[in-house]
Amino acid sequence: MQNIMTEKITIEKTKSHKILKSRKIYSIVMYVLMGISVMLTCSFVIFIIAYVFIKGIPNISFELLTTKPSYLLEKIGILPDIFNTIYIVITTLFFALPLGVGAAIYLTEYAENKKLVAMIEYAAETLSGIPSIIYGLVGMLLFCQFFGMKTSLLAGSLTLVIMNLPTIMRTTQESLKTVPQSYREGAFGLGAGKWRVIRTVVLPGCVDGVITGCILSIGRILGESAALLFTAGFAHAFYGFTAMGIQKALSNSGSTLTVALYVYAKEQGEFEIAFAIAAILIILTLFINLLASLVEKYWGKRRSL
Amino acid sequence: MKNKKNIFEKTVYSIFLILGLITIGCVLLITIYLVIAGIPAIREIGLFPFLFGKTWESTSENPSYGILPFILTSIYGTAGAILIGVPIGFFTAVYLAKIAKKRVKEVMQTAISLLAGIPSVVYGLVGMLVLVPSIRSIFHVPDGASLFAAMIVLAIMILPSIIKVSITALDAVPKEYEDASLALGATPIETYFRVSVLAARSGIATAIVLGIGRAIGEAMAVMMVSGNVANMPKLFESVRFLTTAVASEMSYSSGLQRQALFSIALVLFLFIMLMNATLNFFLKGKKERK
Repeated sequence: MQNIMTEKITIEKTKSHKILKSRKIYSIVMYVLMGISVMLTCSFVIFIIAYVFIKGIPNISFELLTTKPSYLLEKIGILPDIFNTIYIVITTLFFALPLGVGAAIYLTEYAENKKLVAMIEYAAETLSGIPSIIYGLVGMLLFCQFFGMKTSLLAGSLTLVIMNLPTIMRTTQESLKTVPQSYREGAFGLGAGKWRVIRTVVLPGCVDGVITGCILSIGRILGESAALLFTAGFAHAFYGFTAMGIQKALSNSGSTLTVALYVYAKEQGEFEIAFAIAAILIILTLFINLLASLVEKYWGKRRSL
Repeated sequence: MKNKKNIFEKTVYSIFLILGLITIGCVLLITIYLVIAGIPAIREIGLFPFLFGKTWESTSENPSYGILPFILTSIYGTAGAILIGVPIGFFTAVYLAKIAKKRVKEVMQTAISLLAGIPSVVYGLVGMLVLVPSIRSIFHVPDGASLFAAMIVLAIMILPSIIKVSITALDAVPKEYEDASLALGATPIETYFRVSVLAARSGIATAIVLGIGRAIGEAMAVMMVSGNVANMPKLFESVRFLTTAVASEMSYSSGLQRQALFSIALVLFLFIMLMNATLNFFLKGKKERK
């Protein structure tokens, strides 16, 4: 009797041992796959950054950063591209900020019609999914041709305004949602009108969202090329720092750093310049990411207090 | 006095209402513009020859405008990028969300958002000078600028969004599910892959659809590595995508050729809208289950 029992137990033991073996193999396979994937992802990041830095940083010189390209001297400088980038960033934010923040305020503070809110949010989602080349085309048709701006920095900026609207709207909206309802009620209770409440209580509470939105948008603008190729063009002219010069720069075609990289690499085969610009762009991206995480940390701490 | 205040508040309200409606206006504007610009060429060429014509010779004497090569290239390229990118992104996401230590997770997430922030032309540049020559020497093909190169570049470019969205979905899985599975005797790995992943499946599906959308819409990086010849797609041949077809001829096109480019953009736009609808479907399903 006991014999049979022990026999049964040994049989079960071997069985469970067998199952364990296949389960062990499953675990090991999954571990290996995860290890390979993580290593691949890491190596992509490290390789791209290291490669661009090694190839690009030796080519960054003071002369490159402070001169404009000249066919006579056969020199290439990226000063105009740097300034075009700055102009485009500032102009885009100048238009996109009020629009995006206003839309967010409408959605969280005013809107009562749920269908309309859903529609606006769906529209914003759609906007953020549209590829930049389509923005470029529509921007060209609308701003350059219909409004007669030609290929100019201003037309490029306005195209980017539409592109970055959803980003700013979303981040502002998220931070507006974290402003406690009791603040608003308190202000209303003291007799303030709706606009006064928004101006004095709600807006100061969403500064972090606006700043995050700005940082994300700047990152997107820096990296944008397809939308700017046909709207802002790829000239390298530089008009100086006077008010007239800036106005002239905005109404004329000009390339940002990203577009300049594309033109130098693909059309002119100037790979050293392209890598120098790529290194600058990656440094800027690093800087922007750092800034974004700092903002998040700073405001996160203040929130929790 | 009260009346004055009312009027003021109403004006402020209507200003914000208009600002809120601007996003809808933009979407309508883009849609209407693309339809108006895209329809004439399709009408002239004919819908069937345009969509299913196999040759694109826009500059020859007898121009033919068939965009089937572009459509197929875009579909194959995206499918390839998804095939390469999704497994890598998926396993990385599971590792980072469930197994990695907090410190490792933070460092990796910083690295991944950096990868997301790198401009597409930088990917194109590195692909052009590293990937294309190595494909040429490894696979012994005359030119490395091919569909395969574009697939790899796209796969790397969609990695960050796939990893990020998947991690968010996996982090949101209730701990009770995992605890229950562990208590029933499943190993941690079995728990992660058979319980957590299943619970987060709609989030992971969202990540994949997002990746498809990004891959199909990418223009500049692809333009730099795919060779840009209007062939029917083959893995090691120079190809042209929907996006690059628009980008490469826009600067010098005119007449019907230019209008045909707008029609290509319209087709691309419809693809993206389809992707958006799918995305919305997944997101909605998620909300309803909650």
